Amino acid sequence: MKIFKLFFIIYLISSFNHLEASNDDIKSKITKNLRCLVCQGQSVYDSDSEFAISMKVLVDKKLEEGFSEIQIYDFFKERYGEWILYDPKLNKNTYILWLLPILIFLIGGAIIIKSFIIKKN
Amino acid sequence: MKNKLLPIFITFIFIIIFIFFYSGLKNTNIYTPEIKINNKIPSFKGDLIYSDETINSSNIFKSDKFYLLNIWSSWCVPCRKEHALLMKLKEIKKIEVIGINYKDKKINAENFLTELGNPYEKIIFDQEGVISIEWGAYGVPESFLIKDEIIIKRYIGPLDKKLIEEMKLIIK
Amino acid sequence: MLYSSIGYYALILGLGISLILVYFSIKNFKNSSTLNTKILSFTFLQFFLVVISFICLIISFVLSDFSNETVFNNSHTTKPLFYKIAGTWGNHEGSLLLWLLVLTLFIFIFFLKTKNQPLKYKLLTLIFQQIIIIGFSLFLIKTSNPFNFIFPTPEEGMGLNPILQDPALAIHPPILYLGYVGSSIIFSSALAATYLNIVSKVWASHIKKWIIASWVFLTLGILLGSIWAYYELGWGGFWFWDPVENVSLMPWLALTTLLHCIMILEKKQVLTSWVIILSISTFTLSMCGTFLVRSGILNSVHTFANDPERGLFILVFLFSLIFISLFIFFFFNKSSPNNSNSIFWLSKETSIMINNWFMMYFLSVVLIGTIYPIFLEVLSSQKISVGPPFYYKLIIPFLIPFLIAMAIGPKLKWIKSNIEDKVYLISFLIISIVLSFLIIKKFNSNLLINTILVSSALYLFFITLRDFFIKKYTNVSQNIAHFGFSLLILSILLNSLFSSEIITNLKVGETFTSSNAKIIFKSINQKEKKNYKSVTANFSIENLDGTIEDLSPELRIYNQPNIVTSEADIKTTFLSDKFIVINIVQNQDYFNVRYQVKPFMLWIWLSVILISFGGLISFFKKEYEK
Repeated sequence: MKIFKLFFIIYLISSFNHLEASNDDIKSKITKNLRCLVCQGQSVYDSDSEFAISMKVLVDKKLEEGFSEIQIYDFFKERYGEWILYDPKLNKNTYILWLLPILIFLIGGAIIIKSFIIKKN
Repeated sequence: MKNKLLPIFITFIFIIIFIFFYSGLKNTNIYTPEIKINNKIPSFKGDLIYSDETINSSNIFKSDKFYLLNIWSSWCVPCRKEHALLMKLKEIKKIEVIGINYKDKKINAENFLTELGNPYEKIIFDQEGVISIEWGAYGVPESFLIKDEIIIKRYIGPLDKKLIEEMKLIIK
Repeated sequence: MLYSSIGYYALILGLGISLILVYFSIKNFKNSSTLNTKILSFTFLQFFLVVISFICLIISFVLSDFSNETVFNNSHTTKPLFYKIAGTWGNHEGSLLLWLLVLTLFIFIFFLKTKNQPLKYKLLTLIFQQIIIIGFSLFLIKTSNPFNFIFPTPEEGMGLNPILQDPALAIHPPILYLGYVGSSIIFSSALAATYLNIVSKVWASHIKKWIIASWVFLTLGILLGSIWAYYELGWGGFWFWDPVENVSLMPWLALTTLLHCIMILEKKQVLTSWVIILSISTFTLSMCGTFLVRSGILNSVHTFANDPERGLFILVFLFSLIFISLFIFFFFNKSSPNNSNSIFWLSKETSIMINNWFMMYFLSVVLIGTIYPIFLEVLSSQKISVGPPFYYKLIIPFLIPFLIAMAIGPKLKWIKSNIEDKVYLISFLIISIVLSFLIIKKFNSNLLINTILVSSALYLFFITLRDFFIKKYTNVSQNIAHFGFSLLILSILLNSLFSSEIITNLKVGETFTSSNAKIIFKSINQKEKKNYKSVTANFSIENLDGTIEDLSPELRIYNQPNIVTSEADIKTTFLSDKFIVINIVQNQDYFNVRYQVKPFMLWIWLSVILISFGGLISFFKKEYEK
């Protein structure tokens, strides 16, 4: 019971927090999620190639025009394909990608619990 | 029974993984985006090099001709080679060549054209490279064959004689 | 040219000795009850031959012998001596020779140092290790020969990438390989022990030192790689979830898990099958990593030159090892009798099992994230990218219970325990939560998950700190290592929450003012150095509190190969790093300037050193304490 009260208090306090994001933060977040097309395994944020620099300018422009984060990702996905995004979307191609680790976690848990149940019997 | 099943199952899984890796070896790890054609052209606004006026994309591709949009720069070496072929295209009435000057200095671009000739009806000055990204390009040179505001063909890399001949057939 | 020949024939001889060793070992295994001393001599001879081969390669590099293809591809007469030497192992062929060196060294040390184990076990370990050595020798000689001749001899070499000319990067491979390759002994000996059915407390005590040694080196190796990435790659990051990095993290996760399990096995005869599986997996993951990185199957920032032929060889070799291990495991492993009914749920054994559970989950996240794109592409020809957002989303939520379990776990007694200092445990929990809430609220980063994460890290921090000062628990090494881990997570969290960055374009003489700092681009100097032109930009940064700092990032313009690199200037203090880097903007006369303030960077490095230090203490402990 004590633990529940504790968690409830924590939740109340933390719910006074609200997400605050400046334009710079969003820009960093987006460019970190975009993959540089002409580099070997770098994000647009990290890269200083010509292409990456243009991408960064374009992200700025789109943000100014009022594009949301998702719209910007869609914009680039349309032109360059899924590969350009570092965060794989949950779609039919990536179900296994996201769910397999969780499945493994659950299986691990089951094995551990099973080993205790065996003992009890 | 159960004791025999597990080893067989696991061995089977590893064989599958082996097959996957083996097939994966043949694929290249370099990514080239899929060439998408039969899409509508992107709409954009840009400044023209010689006149400094801003132009809207809807005004460029208006008439019933074929258009070849060519992305080029003065510092791009393969662009020099394809430039001569572009000059030949200028002579064909049915097609109009539009240029996007990518990440360049105006002075260098103008010198380039003075030296090698100007095949472009209009040249858009894309200093920051953002217009090219609107087109889905990612390097120089790249070209797009357009008709009725639809992209019919896309060329990544410099044009060569063979591609130009193909283009001429399409135009006819 | 002479040295290349000597090096090459030394390798061939070494391979021949492998066969001799296998032959004698099998004979000795069947016949005698005492060790055939020839075997020890041959093991040393094999190591010695690989040393000779390695030294010959170094000499070829130092002498700039461009008749050697590897030297030609990776060196240049103007390279400083230190980097000529380091260039030996900074390329594909040379680094494989380093693998071979460590493989042969470790089996020799194993033979020398292993006293109280049955003879058959030592011989069998040798045989398995020789299988690995034979595989690598063949790989080297057939597809990656460091001693290929080219004729006519070129005048000059192709140069080495200037980014790789760096002290940290020079020692990063040797240390990393001591870890990676060190796990080969664990692999070989686990297979030997399984076959002979001697996986027991005695074996656990014996192999534990090897596990710790391998683990310490691997931890430090990864650290060096991160430090190098931080100051050399030029944008202040130190971990990118790049395939090459993931590939070093995976064996580390398996090895850490193994380390924990071996502590249980030392005391009771349980989890033997699991320990064997982990032992096999660690080295398998190292090999798998070698495959992923050298075959060209993945796209990454720091891959070696890629070659599908090599990839195929490693793939077949890797899976041969896997199938051998599977065979031995399934045919010879006798699982221990189920005496886990003597464990109460609240006990140290359980907490270690929970550790295993979470670690295997983390391992699966990294493994799946790294190789999934390969599998998807084979199935559907679609290429996707799996990057940092994937790993963070799956790992961070699970870190929270993991940290708390790390705090409470060591306090539990073996077999059964009542938690004694319940008051302390709960009060620390409350303090952690409140403290982290205050920190996060004050500095204006408002995210619920951050609060919870920081508080669980703080919790571990306080608990381990208190334990250290009370000296209640005699297991100092584990205490320090866990404390180090809490410090690591805390530093990483606080660093990512409170880092700030200014990116702007400036010409010489211009100033940029923001709410946090004023950046003044004072001047620029140019200097001609031995193999590059140096352009140094001098900045003055004025902080909010009035202090002024001078920073001078540099651009290096190399001629062979034709590259421009950016050298950041970093001012490190205990509290934060100030990091500045400039880049040329093509066709323009201004520079792109990136200035970052990164708090607690130093603590990230120190905490990893602390973790390794904990392991080191454990290694040198004379007796295992109850």
